[in-house]
Amino acid sequence: MAYSEKVVDHYEHPRNVGSMDKDSGDVGTGLVGAPACGDVMKLQIKVSPEGIIEDAKFKTFGCGSAIASSSLVTEWVKGKTLDEAAAIKNTDIAHELALPPVKIHCSVLAEDAIKAAIADYRKKSGQGEDEAEQAAG
Amino acid sequence: MTVTVSAYLDHNAGSPARPEVVAVVADILREAGNPSSVHAAGRAARARLEAARTSVAGLVGAPAGGIIFTSGGTEANALALKGCERPRMVASAVEHPSVLAYATDIVPVDQDGIVDLAALERLLAESDQSAIVSVMLANNETGVIQPVAEVARLAHRLGALVHCDAAQGPGRLVVSMSDLDVDFLTLSAHKMGGLPGCGALALKNPDFPMAPFLLGGGQERRRRSGSENLPGIVGFGVAADDILRKDTILEMSDLRDHLESQALARVPAARVVAQAALRLCNTTCLALPGVAAQLQVAAMDLAGLMVSAGSACSSGKVGESHVLKAMGLAPEWAGSAIRVSLGPDTTKNEIELFLNAWTDLAGRKGLDVKQAAQAA
Amino acid sequence: MTNITLARAPGQPIYLDYQATTPCDPRVVEKMIPYFFEKFGNPHSRNHRYGWEAEEAVEIGREQVADIIGADAKEIIFTSGATESNNLAIKGVAHFYKDKKDHIVTVVTEHKCVLDTCRHLEQEGFRVTYLPVQTNGLIDLAELEAVVTDKTAIVSVMAVNNEIGVIQPLAEIGAICRKKGAFFHTDCAQAVGKIPLDVNAMNIDLMSISGHKLYGPKGIGALYVRRRPRVRLVPMINGGGQERGMRSGTLATPLCVGLGEACRLAKAEMGAEGERLHMLRDRLLNGLKARLPEIYVNGDLEQRIPGNINISFAFVEGEGLMMGVKDLAVSSGSACTSASLEPSYVLRALGLDAEMAHTSLRFGLGRFTTEADIDYAIGHVAEAVEHLRAMSPLWDMHLEGVDIKSIQWAEH
Repeated sequence: MAYSEKVVDHYEHPRNVGSMDKDSGDVGTGLVGAPACGDVMKLQIKVSPEGIIEDAKFKTFGCGSAIASSSLVTEWVKGKTLDEAAAIKNTDIAHELALPPVKIHCSVLAEDAIKAAIADYRKKSGQGEDEAEQAAG
Repeated sequence: MTVTVSAYLDHNAGSPARPEVVAVVADILREAGNPSSVHAAGRAARARLEAARTSVAGLVGAPAGGIIFTSGGTEANALALKGCERPRMVASAVEHPSVLAYATDIVPVDQDGIVDLAALERLLAESDQSAIVSVMLANNETGVIQPVAEVARLAHRLGALVHCDAAQGPGRLVVSMSDLDVDFLTLSAHKMGGLPGCGALALKNPDFPMAPFLLGGGQERRRRSGSENLPGIVGFGVAADDILRKDTILEMSDLRDHLESQALARVPAARVVAQAALRLCNTTCLALPGVAAQLQVAAMDLAGLMVSAGSACSSGKVGESHVLKAMGLAPEWAGSAIRVSLGPDTTKNEIELFLNAWTDLAGRKGLDVKQAAQAA
Repeated sequence: MTNITLARAPGQPIYLDYQATTPCDPRVVEKMIPYFFEKFGNPHSRNHRYGWEAEEAVEIGREQVADIIGADAKEIIFTSGATESNNLAIKGVAHFYKDKKDHIVTVVTEHKCVLDTCRHLEQEGFRVTYLPVQTNGLIDLAELEAVVTDKTAIVSVMAVNNEIGVIQPLAEIGAICRKKGAFFHTDCAQAVGKIPLDVNAMNIDLMSISGHKLYGPKGIGALYVRRRPRVRLVPMINGGGQERGMRSGTLATPLCVGLGEACRLAKAEMGAEGERLHMLRDRLLNGLKARLPEIYVNGDLEQRIPGNINISFAFVEGEGLMMGVKDLAVSSGSACTSASLEPSYVLRALGLDAEMAHTSLRFGLGRFTTEADIDYAIGHVAEAVEHLRAMSPLWDMHLEGVDIKSIQWAEH
C-alpha cells in the first residue's frame, strides 16, 4: 500500500525520538503493544507542576504508520493539560495521517500509549491513586 | 514473376495482436513487478492491472469489480460453469466444447443454428433443480448470433443463472452485459486483438459467491489464484480501448457481404450456411458441394489464403462439425463447408484473392462457374 | 554468464525480489514478439501454415522445457502458471485415485496454493498430513517415511522454498515415495533453472514449473506428468482436449515459446550464474554482518539456492524496515501474503518467535543483480536498520540487558 505524505514525513523525520528518565517523578511512561504483534510503543511525557505536558518523547518498534502515529502524538500532547491529552482520540490520529483501514490499529495503539503515560504519571504523583485502587478492588 | 501474396482470413481462430497492444506489452514484459508485492514495482503493476480491469469492464459494460482475469476463454467458461455450483447445466447444442464439457442437458437449435427457446423453457420447467443456462453470443463456425437477451429473460423467469460465451463478440458486434442481462460473460483476449493466454469472466454481480477452482494466493479477490499475467492483461485492456475507439464493424460487414454475394454469383451451386440469420459481421460459412472442406482449405493454403474447416480447438481432430450437424445440415453440405473470418484490417484485395482462388478451385472440380461480376 | 543488463531509470529502486517474480529476459522477449504479430497462428489450427508454424514453435518450447528437467516432451503439459500446475497435480491425482487412496502428504512451508488445495481436499474427505520442518527449514526424511502408507496417493514437497530458499532433499524424497508406491509431486517454481533437476534420477512423478520465476513470461507454466509409470489425473479445465486431455484451452504460442527459451537460457547459464549469485549473496550477507550486530539468517545457509537470503534484523519491524529501504524492491514475507499483517507462516514453521518473524526481510538476487547493486543495498539497509534501532524501544532494552521475553506484554 502507499503511505500518505504525512506518514512518510514522520517516518523520515520523526519528531521527539528519545527517552526520559522513567524514574523521575515528573515523567510518565507508557509502554504498549507487543513484539509478537509487530508493534511496541513507548511514550513518555514530562509534566510541569501546573499539570501541563512540557515535553514528550517516543520510541517505537513497528511499521511506518506506527512510527508516524507515535511521532504525531508527541507533537500533539506538548502544551496540553493531562485531561486535554487524554481526550485525543485514535480517529483524530488516523484522520490526520490518512491511515488506511488495515493501519487503524496503529492509531489505537498511540491513543493507548498516551493514556498509559498519563496513568503512569498520575500514579507516581499520587493523583488518581484512588481510581487505581478502585479499579483494582 | 512470382508474387507472394497471402491473406489471413481465419480471425475466429485468433487474430494478430493489435500493434498498439504489442507496443505496450513489449515494454511490460521486460519489467519485473508482481501486483501482490507492496514495493513500488509491485504497486505500479497493481495500478496497471486495475486500469486494464476498468478498460475491459468498460468494453462490455460490466462492473470493474466483476471482471476476473483468466488464462483464456476456456478457463473462463470452466470458472463460470463449475464455480456457480448449479447441479444442472443447460447448454445449446452449438456451444464450444469447453462449455459442452460441463453440460447436463442440451437444447437443440433450428436450421439456422438458433437456440430453440420453447425447448429451453420445457427443459428448465421439467426439473426443480437449480440450473445455469449457457448460450453463446455468436457461433465461432457460422457467426450466427443467438437471442441471448431472450434466453436470459426466460431463464431468469425460471430461476436459472445465465452464462454467455462472448469470445467471438467484441470488435464484431457491440457487447453490452446489461442489454444481454446475463450473469456471466466469457471474453477471450486473442480473439479481439489482445494476446493469447488471457481472458476474462465478467460477472453482473461482483459479489457473486463464485467457488474458485484455482486455489492459492487469493488473487482476483480470491476467485482465481495465481500470479496475474500482467502483460496479457494490460494488452487486453489496450485492445478493449482500441475497439471502442476504432469501430470497424460496418467495414467488415460490407466486405463480408461482398464476399458472399460474389461467391454465390460466381459459383451458383455454392451456399452460405445460415445466410438469412443474424450473423457476426466478419464470418461466413461457405459450402461448396462435392468438394471436401479439407481439400478447399488445403487449396486455399497453397494460394496463400488462410481459412479453416471447423473450429480450431479440437487439437487436430478433423471430424464433422458438431455445429453444422446440430443445425441439421446434410453431411454432404456439412463436409464441404469452410469458414472465412475477417479481421479489422482485412482488405478488399484480400477478399478478391480469396474469391479468385476459390472460384478457380470450383471450376477445377467441375462446378459451373460464372464470370467474375464487375460489381464494385 | 550473461552480459545482458536491464536499464534502470534513475530513481527506480534496485530490484531484489526475484522470488516474487523475475523480469522477462530481453532475449526471451525477442523470441516471443514475432508470435504476437507476424506468426500469430492458433497452434491447434491444422488448416494452414500459420497454424503449423505456431504448432512447431509450441513443440520446440515443450522440448526445451522437458530438456531442463530431463523429461520427455510428451510429458510436459502447458498451464497458466505454477498455481494452476499445483492445483491440477494435487487435485487431479487425488480425484483420479480416490477410490483406492485417500491420503495426501505435504509440508507446512509449502506455497499457499498447495496448502489451500490440500485444505480443500480435506473438506472433500481426504486425509492430509502436513509435515513439520526442522529449524533449518528442511523436512525430516524419517518422519516422511513414517507417514507415507499404501493409502497415500500423492506426496507434495516443494523443491525450493519461496521465502527462505532452502532446497528439500528431492532425490531422497523421491526414493521414499517410489518405494511406498505414492506419487511424488514437487513444486519447482523456485527451483527450475536454479538447481539441477532430473525427474528420473529424483523419481519425480509430477513437477510444477513457473514461467515468470525463471525470466520467462507471466501467464504460463507447465506441469510435468510422468508417462512411465503412468500418472493419471482428472482435468480441471475441460473442452477442446488439448494437452493430452489434461488441460483444455488454446495454447498461447508466444508464451510457450517464451517459457521454452527461458528454460534453454537457464540451463545453459545455470552453472556460471549460480556461482556469480553465490558470490553476490555472500557479499551481501558479510557486508551486512560487518555493519550490523544482531542479524540472523533464516533457513539453512548451505542447502539453499544462491539467489536467496532471508534475514531477521532483530528489534526492527520488517514492514517499517521495508519503508526505510525504499531504494530497494525487497519483500518482508511472501509476495502473496504481504497484504496481511500476520507474520510469515514459513518463518513461524522454523520455530521462529513471532517477534523475530516480524523483523525479517527477503532479498532475492537474480540475473540482473550487479555487485554495485549489492554494495548499495548493504549501505542502504544498514542505515535504515540503524535509524530504526535508534527509534526502537526494544533495541534500548536489549542494550540495557533486559530480556524482552521476560516482559509481560499485553498482546492485542
